[in-house]
Amino acid sequence: MAASLAALRNRESGLRPCDFEDADLPTWVGRVAGVEDEPLTGEFSVFDCRNNRLARLALEQDGFSTAVRQVRDRYGMERIGVFVGTSTSGIGATEQAYRNRDPITGSLPETFDYQHTHNLFSAADLTRRWLRLSGVALAVSTACSSSAKAFASAFRHISAGFCDAAVVGGVDSLCLTTLYGFNALGLASTQVCRPWDRERDGLSIGEAAGFALLEWVEPGDGCIHLLGYGESSDAYHMTAAHPEGAGAALAMEQALAHAGLQPEQVDYINLHGTATVLNDAAEDKAVLRVFGPGTPCSSTKGWTGHTLGAAGIVEALLVGLCLEQGFIPGTLNTRQRDPNLGAGVVLHNQEKTLRIAMSNSFGFGGTNCSLLFGRGEG
Amino acid sequence: MNILHVEAIGLMAPGLAGWESSRAVLAGEQPWQAAPLPAAIATLLPANERRRTTATVKLALQVAQEAMDGAQEGWRSRGDFAPPTVLASSGGDSEVLDKICMALTEPDRAVSPTQFHHSVHNTPAGYWAIATGCVLPSLSLSAYDGSFAAGLREAAAWAWTETTRVLLIAYDLPLPFPLSERRMIVAPFAVALLLNPAPTSERLAVLRIKPGRSGAADQLEDVELERLRAGNPAARSLPLLRAIAERRTGLVALDAGDNAVLGMEVTP
Repeated sequence: MAASLAALRNRESGLRPCDFEDADLPTWVGRVAGVEDEPLTGEFSVFDCRNNRLARLALEQDGFSTAVRQVRDRYGMERIGVFVGTSTSGIGATEQAYRNRDPITGSLPETFDYQHTHNLFSAADLTRRWLRLSGVALAVSTACSSSAKAFASAFRHISAGFCDAAVVGGVDSLCLTTLYGFNALGLASTQVCRPWDRERDGLSIGEAAGFALLEWVEPGDGCIHLLGYGESSDAYHMTAAHPEGAGAALAMEQALAHAGLQPEQVDYINLHGTATVLNDAAEDKAVLRVFGPGTPCSSTKGWTGHTLGAAGIVEALLVGLCLEQGFIPGTLNTRQRDPNLGAGVVLHNQEKTLRIAMSNSFGFGGTNCSLLFGRGEG
Repeated sequence: MNILHVEAIGLMAPGLAGWESSRAVLAGEQPWQAAPLPAAIATLLPANERRRTTATVKLALQVAQEAMDGAQEGWRSRGDFAPPTVLASSGGDSEVLDKICMALTEPDRAVSPTQFHHSVHNTPAGYWAIATGCVLPSLSLSAYDGSFAAGLREAAAWAWTETTRVLLIAYDLPLPFPLSERRMIVAPFAVALLLNPAPTSERLAVLRIKPGRSGAADQLEDVELERLRAGNPAARSLPLLRAIAERRTGLVALDAGDNAVLGMEVTP
């Protein structure tokens, strides 16, 4: 978190021209350096793949696994749930296995372990085993809203009494499927992504893992609070966002209603802001409809790239930093705001006391989720 | 907060084509007989979309459609009737993932845009929303072999905390070769349960969900049905479907994966 904060403050992007494996594509990516050198070993070696390596690295950052150990002693290992969002899970392992098929039989190599790498549940399974938890566990997989919706799922499970606390997270890693897939759709930019820019022409794909611990707390404890969530479906098109942003607006309205808040009480919105021409235009309309042009907002995709199923947790954590530190990160790489867009997009970092902030995540299939976070001050 | 009313069920698997026609088989009054799935399923999709979509999407939508039809005739003309959905599937659409991974072995790595569109786990949810016009939320999840139990728990938590009906849709299909060598799913199976936290005039069963996770999962006496239960994560629902079909009061323990169960009392 400290390195992320410094990068936000110093406006240092993690995006570079594509340097992932042998992918020869004219695009930029956010690759986490060193994942290649951090294999999972011992009892966890069955889980070894890029996606799970990234998840394991995140579990060991910022004292997270230690914090979970403490609540585990309080609640019991069977009363802490695990909710991990992912879009492609460890499909990279299957891509490699397909390239190494037996030339005669067509079979996959003996070393390939579908269950513990490619299957959508594998990162949630690894998380549970790594943290020595035995309660409910599931993978949420709703494309780019996955780890935002993981918060909603965890909230419901805690409210229903299926668990007392929850490890909420998300992980997606670079793979050929998404790199070549987004390029085939013409949605990956040849330059670094420029959200809300008049010259924006697509996203930069990134990879990330992140985790948060969710439990009931008293006001005034100093933690970041999940104040509410809102979800909706576009019911419009499998991949194109609703042109008026109707589903996105509905998710934001539902989040406000769930939290019992008015739009003017929200101090900052972390946009989905992928920098594709149509997605930003649709989200802009939605923000204007719910909040008008006055609420400061920005996209942090210029730092991280679009981390797909991990975007929800990454941006929830960045929003937490903004609330704690009292600042708004100005949208990185964006040189000139699109004059056709009207939301209050901030281009330069601003110091500002924030009490309540929203994070937006929208995905293929028309799946939308907005989260509201606040500082836990009395 | 532990009661769910099952308003309606949709079911599609070999020899189990539709809830009403499968009831006697599930209750043990008739033998299970192998039969291919009917060709015309998921008729709520427009014909051109039905041609374009995969077997996975059609199977998921077929059972969802059957459950909704069973709850209220003519529901499609009422925009407010379709509830939020939970979709549970261990592996999603492996036919699509196989085609993408195969394309990536070719020198030009030409991933088909259509395949990439359909590669996300929530593709059936997207088609369902488009077909019904329902803008209410949906959650697609996986918990490997425990996917049905995880879906039922998610649907229950949703129904109780947000006081709403929820449509649970669980489905899994055999994987194509070569993935089939590493993940054996013996036959397609899909089931949908329309769940209501509040009492309803028409209902098939009442479920009282139990909090604990320890115990042994129920199995089925019928060898073929047990092979289906053990060989498809969505078919882990079969002990529950049997209890509902038998119209009896009893305890059911569903395999929740990793040696855990989801237990419940089932009453007519």
